[in-house]
Amino acid sequence: MKTTHFAAALAVGMTAAAPALAELHFPSLSYRTGPFAPGGIPFADGYSDYLTLINERDGGIGGVRIRQSECETAYNTERGVECYQGLRGEDPLVLQPLSTGITYQLIPRTMQDQIPMHTMGYGRTSAVNGEVFNWTFNYPANYWDGASVIINYLLEENDGSLDDKKIALLYHNSAFGREPIPTLTRLSEREGFELLTIGVDSPGQQQSSQWLQIRRERPDYVIMWGWGVMNSTAIQEAANIRFPMENFIGVWWSGSEQDVIPVGAGAHGYKALAMHGTGRDYPVYDDLQTYVVDRGLAAGTGGELGTVNYSRGMYAAMLAVEAAKVAQEIHGVGQITPAMMRDGMANLVITEELMESLGLPGFGPAFEVDCTNHGGTGAAMIQQWDANAREWNLITDWILPDRELIMEMVMEDSLAYAAENDITPTCLDRSGG
Amino acid sequence: MIYREAGDYKLTYGADAQTFPIKGDRWAYWLALAFAAAVVPLFLTDYLAFALLVPFLIYVIAALGLNLLLGYCGQLSLGTGGFMAVGAYAAFKLMTAFPGLNIVFVIILAGLVTAAVGVLFGLPSLRIKGFYLAVATLAAQFFLVWLFTRAPWFFNYSPTGMITAPTRTLFGVPITGPSASGVSVYLFCLGFVVVLAWLARNLTRGSLGRSWMAIRDMDIAAEIIGVNPLRAKLSAFAISSFYVGIAGALLFTVALGAAEASEAFGIDKSFLVLFMVIIGGLGSILGAFIGAAFLIIGPVLLKLLLVNNLGWPTDLAAHVEVMIIGTLILVFLIAEPHGLTALWRTLKEKLRLWPFPY
Repeated sequence: MKTTHFAAALAVGMTAAAPALAELHFPSLSYRTGPFAPGGIPFADGYSDYLTLINERDGGIGGVRIRQSECETAYNTERGVECYQGLRGEDPLVLQPLSTGITYQLIPRTMQDQIPMHTMGYGRTSAVNGEVFNWTFNYPANYWDGASVIINYLLEENDGSLDDKKIALLYHNSAFGREPIPTLTRLSEREGFELLTIGVDSPGQQQSSQWLQIRRERPDYVIMWGWGVMNSTAIQEAANIRFPMENFIGVWWSGSEQDVIPVGAGAHGYKALAMHGTGRDYPVYDDLQTYVVDRGLAAGTGGELGTVNYSRGMYAAMLAVEAAKVAQEIHGVGQITPAMMRDGMANLVITEELMESLGLPGFGPAFEVDCTNHGGTGAAMIQQWDANAREWNLITDWILPDRELIMEMVMEDSLAYAAENDITPTCLDRSGG
Repeated sequence: MIYREAGDYKLTYGADAQTFPIKGDRWAYWLALAFAAAVVPLFLTDYLAFALLVPFLIYVIAALGLNLLLGYCGQLSLGTGGFMAVGAYAAFKLMTAFPGLNIVFVIILAGLVTAAVGVLFGLPSLRIKGFYLAVATLAAQFFLVWLFTRAPWFFNYSPTGMITAPTRTLFGVPITGPSASGVSVYLFCLGFVVVLAWLARNLTRGSLGRSWMAIRDMDIAAEIIGVNPLRAKLSAFAISSFYVGIAGALLFTVALGAAEASEAFGIDKSFLVLFMVIIGGLGSILGAFIGAAFLIIGPVLLKLLLVNNLGWPTDLAAHVEVMIIGTLILVFLIAEPHGLTALWRTLKEKLRLWPFPY
């Protein structure tokens, strides 16, 4: 760490402050600029605000204060590398890049440097197999879970059969958007629906040809894997061609307020996956208001509390803090290292009682992490947009994915990765100390 | 006084035609080379290497390549990002198809593949020029990126379309993959830069470079005095693409480790390299270095200054950074429309006469 700062100081010709020792470093690889900033800003604010809350209300985790740092990636992989190289020497407890592209880049590097990475609801799905991806976690749900949950929901809606149905997948043409294609292809073979994959090039303001194709092909359902400006454009286009909104379902990254509000009344009835609850009806928000916003410590304006992406950032921070607590308990020390943090994440148990005690009853699913399953249960809910009340309503309970099929695919993909990279699948022992 | 040519006698034709006719320049060149190869690795951290120097060296190669085409042969190309993608994907296919192949040959072969593709897309240059050629090469950019995101053979049918560089070693030292150290990667890239810059410099001083410059200055006159435009233009496209392909291959294998065509090699890459060439100076080898330093090292240094030292919020710093770089580009181009090398050239003229200017 010292050398990095020395280098930075050398390069700029100024001195950098050396951090104090007893603190837990939670970095945030955020993007507050660029085409994906509308989603990146509330996530980063939620992440930061929850950590501030822990410092202000509880005096840190187990008495050790949290140090936050932020690095701007602009959703760009080259900047992601720069951020990672700057961070890796500073004992970051967990990395959350919020970008599937950066995740793919960091998986081998974090394995080498022994820094845990948590990709909540994004990233490489086959990281579920913790025997191959020792340092990568993607609980509580991943893309393949999401695809399967949507199909299970549609199966339920159609009395258990999707025969002769036509489902279109409108995806962001990147690693992120292509991730669900294998699952949906497998499911289409099994359930007998016809799958149509339509890519949208990043960032996605141009979708007229794609929606022309949808109008021509007349699919029964459209599933969207979009992020950033692509979402609202797609919902606008769907409204323009009068596509029935209740048959248009987005992934959890395509279901936030800023995706639907620009479309106005046309977005009424649009559905999206929800990997957690939203809205301000959770007791934790009172604490956030008291300890963070009212004290002027909020990362953002404080007005976005309870929005979808803010809630997700807060949820990610909450899971990180809980994992740190588990790690402290396992090792009996307050000042944990990244390797100890990994142990905490690998033994994380989230129960409904725990969620309730944290002021988030029913916010997220109960799940357990272990070495062979870094992915939780994969359950998600469906939410629907009410354009008149301007709010998301949860219309289902937790829907479980077809984990049998997903695990089968996870094993194929992760073992292929292990073979390519000479990894012997094994559970890591707990680190010493 | 200090920097002058008086007393620097040339006794042979070879000495008279050398790259650096002034003794001070020769010394500076060898000192810089020795510093880069022997001193820098001593204090090089992984952060300095991966965040600053390795990207800088790689973009120097790309800027050299585009400079050969645009600065020396006068053919405007906006396909640089696409050609870098060709280099990257060629390197990926070669690395996975022939795991035993030495990484140096992988990079060179990737450059050759790109050269072939470059010739193909350079064919329109025989009929069109200027802005029309820019549009034709723009088509190459979009076509190539489209190809690499839609044709699964190029990314070995991976479900996400990401390509990942496996670990390869040189003399037992890992060069690609997560275990490669900053020093080894830096020296690897430095080797390519030195050889390629030397090659570029000497190409432009030879008959091929002179035929390019003849085409650039007036193609009809060049044809009348016996320069074959087909040969000159296509060789410029081939050699330029070779450089750009090597840059793309290096960017993917040693700097990024994993890449995706639309994100890593989009149109913004083409513009970035073009700006480097314009800011550095068209038709100058040194310009490629200055331009790349300005646009690659500059933003990172600004970020370090604003965020790490002054403690600004990251988003504000990112916005201010864009504004500062933009303003600097304007200021430099107003002060010196021919790029930063022209400033250096003027300075050199002044230094030669100092302290007795006439």
